[in-house]
Amino acid sequence: MNVTSSNHTIRKAKSLAMNGLCILCAALVILPLGLILFYLIQKGASSLNWAFFTGLPKSAGVPGGGMGNAIVGTLELLALASCIGVPIGVLGGVYLSEYGGERINTWIRFWADVLNGVPSIVWGMVAYALVVLPMKGFSAWAGALALAFIMIPLVLRTTEEVLVLVPRSYREAALALGLPQWKTIMRIILPTARRGIITGILLAMGRVAGETAPLLFTALGNDYWNKNLSKPIAALPLEIFNYSISPYDDWNRQAWAGALVLVAMTFCLSLSVRLFSTGRFQKNT
Amino acid sequence: MMNTEVATTPLSPAPGRAGAQSTRLGDTLFHLVCLAGALVVGVLLALVLWQLFKGSSLALKQFGWKFFTGTEWNPVTDQFGALPFIFGTLVSSGIALLIAVPLGIGTAIYLTDLAPVRLRQPMTSLIEMLAAVPSVVWGLWGLFVLMPLLRASIYPLLQKGFGFLPLFQGPIYGIGLLTSGIILAIMILPIVTSVSREVLRSVPNLQREAAYALGATRWEVTRIAVLSYARRGLFGAAVLGLGRAIGETMAVTMVIGNTPFIGWSLFHPAGTLASGIANEFTEATTDIYQSSLFELGLVLLGVTILVNIVAQAMVRTFTTAETRRVA
Amino acid sequence: MNLTMTPEETKTAPRGQADNAGTAAPRLQSKPIAASTTSPAVPALSVKNLSVFFGKHQVLKSVSLNIDARAVTAIIGPSGCGKSTFLRSLNRMHELVPTSRVEGDIRLFGEDIYSKSVEPVIVRRRVGMVFQKSNPFPTMSIGENVVVGLRLNGVRNRTLLAEQTEKSLRMAALWDEVKDRLNAPAISLSGGQQQRLCIARALAVQPEVLLMDEPASALDPLATSKIEDLIRELRKDYTIVIVTHNMQQAARASDYTAFFYMGDLVEFGPTAQIFTSPKQKRTEDYVTGRFG
Repeated sequence: MNVTSSNHTIRKAKSLAMNGLCILCAALVILPLGLILFYLIQKGASSLNWAFFTGLPKSAGVPGGGMGNAIVGTLELLALASCIGVPIGVLGGVYLSEYGGERINTWIRFWADVLNGVPSIVWGMVAYALVVLPMKGFSAWAGALALAFIMIPLVLRTTEEVLVLVPRSYREAALALGLPQWKTIMRIILPTARRGIITGILLAMGRVAGETAPLLFTALGNDYWNKNLSKPIAALPLEIFNYSISPYDDWNRQAWAGALVLVAMTFCLSLSVRLFSTGRFQKNT
Repeated sequence: MMNTEVATTPLSPAPGRAGAQSTRLGDTLFHLVCLAGALVVGVLLALVLWQLFKGSSLALKQFGWKFFTGTEWNPVTDQFGALPFIFGTLVSSGIALLIAVPLGIGTAIYLTDLAPVRLRQPMTSLIEMLAAVPSVVWGLWGLFVLMPLLRASIYPLLQKGFGFLPLFQGPIYGIGLLTSGIILAIMILPIVTSVSREVLRSVPNLQREAAYALGATRWEVTRIAVLSYARRGLFGAAVLGLGRAIGETMAVTMVIGNTPFIGWSLFHPAGTLASGIANEFTEATTDIYQSSLFELGLVLLGVTILVNIVAQAMVRTFTTAETRRVA
Repeated sequence: MNLTMTPEETKTAPRGQADNAGTAAPRLQSKPIAASTTSPAVPALSVKNLSVFFGKHQVLKSVSLNIDARAVTAIIGPSGCGKSTFLRSLNRMHELVPTSRVEGDIRLFGEDIYSKSVEPVIVRRRVGMVFQKSNPFPTMSIGENVVVGLRLNGVRNRTLLAEQTEKSLRMAALWDEVKDRLNAPAISLSGGQQQRLCIARALAVQPEVLLMDEPASALDPLATSKIEDLIRELRKDYTIVIVTHNMQQAARASDYTAFFYMGDLVEFGPTAQIFTSPKQKRTEDYVTGRFG
């Protein structure tokens, strides 16, 4: 029987075609990134001026004004949410890595992963029910809580994954020196894994900084500088949303500028994550 | 000659038992604090379920099962049926999957087997950057750039060419099911691509070599040795993408039109579970209205949790089986 | 360059059998089966000054030898001496490593396999390979695994495929054990059976040369001896090149042996000679176990 490949040219052509298709797929996947950056800069950069960064929004239909309060508001919310979410997440991660039993840890990990998949708007509803209703009003606290809900499972898992990479011998050496376990963790293990933990925190912050849905009915938004955390607070994503669905051209223009600033913020965070994680305890892929 | 005296340390750490006790106290306290942190996960889970059930109790009592089959969502008459939103969620996510899964797997194949080694890391980073773009920014771009383009050029072409299908009939608004599906596809591309890539990377090289040794072309090697081997993991990647698409809120809200709709035309405005909540929550004036929105949230939560559990199971069993086999 | 010789043509290449008692010349050419060839025997593979580089690192240094048709040639040497690389250069498998580079000449029955007009895909169909760890395709059944190579080459005819399945499985001494369950998943077989399945799969496309990279190293002694018996049988129709770190296996199963050390071909000759009266001291040290 002759096994010569009579269809060899067809096979070769097919292989080239399919490979070309895969290259096309890769190009198509990268394309939106280029498009978004292009349009953000094209439509938003021209509106970035001092007034934009420091000014307050003007009334509907009145041109001018800025998103200063929204930018500051986002930073305030991030800070608050981190104060709540980071300690809980890190401590929980420490528990999973240093203490706990096999079974309970598996369950906690499993449910943390499930929580990571909960849509952010649902967290907004929970914060609404827990804070807004009793307080009878929207507030920065409610918004920060909703964001913290998102951060906790995220920080917990990343902290655990990093702590597990710290070699056992460090723990054993410290214990052998007579250090109690809590000191071992606080003074030796956590500092060693410092880089990875901070990476995880930055990642969570980056994710949460761009969230709009949980703030829709918790922080609500505000046209003024927010000094009282029990009152509604402006946030950049919220402002972008409201401005883009409005019929006013000037607001639409400002929405682009706001989006550019927001993307710049999240990209900076991602960049610092990348720079940070090229350290000794980066995860080996 | 030096007479050195070496002070000996007593075995007990401090005079009396106070030292030992404070160590034990410190350890116990720290342990408890960490435990509390970990248990917050359980607390959060309980919290979200409790609050959603509590919030939707009114609607659950009033509508019962008819909530899921009811096709009318009318705040004016206080009639709330969730089917239009369920329909919108399924269709927009379905469109997103149809676009994103082939693209994502094709890109994953490119990144694992075809791309020059020096390109792989930069491209992977670029795709991760795509994931870092906030949802509201995609919505903005979708509303002002993509939608006008689709409405002016692509959709009329589709209607002309495929107008015999009910899918492409009807007036073209620009915003609607198809546009939201396309935006969703862009948003789930990063996760589908990166998980697919992980899955393909865990296919042992020995399998590829077996195919090469038989004289297979590059594509045949991918088809026989890689794709069929990784079937289950790739399916898990798709389901993960589905989970992400279902829960996506802002971008969809901005381009879908927020009209309860069930029908054939892909050009028609519609609504998803998430977009319905986002749009109407602050306007919910009556208790039953708000409670119905809570119930939408409950459905959303239930579906996303289920889909995510299934997806995680599929991807995990695949990749751990591979690492176990290699070891 | 036309590399589509059919198996029928290759069978006229004369046999070369070493006399196990010891002093046959390292090259073939004693008794042709049929009075067919008049020209001097064409070796199955003739390697001239082969050097292989991975990036800057040179793994093989100017190796030259001839592999006779219808004989078993064993490649031995300590770890890292380049024997696997040598084997893989015979079917251009080393090209899967992006930084690899080759200098020198390898000819398959006289045809240059590295010439620009020749595609690796075709070379690999004519020079088959069996790996150290068996690697049947897990999503296919036993039968599907055997004929996957044929299917790729466009053979569709069901009867032909069935015939070839039986033929290849018989050649691999696996037919009797699996004939009733050809539809069972390939991974349901034991390790030794899987390896024989891989051999059947390689044989189904009727290669001219079969390369085996430590085929029995992952198997228990019983399975190993089955593989060695198989090799002895296959030698009648195929040219086999086998890399092994087990010297006794080389002594048992092969006609010629090549000893590699640190990228150099130290000595090459009939197996009996290499093991009883090697010409090089280093060879002698290795085969007597003084190092390795």
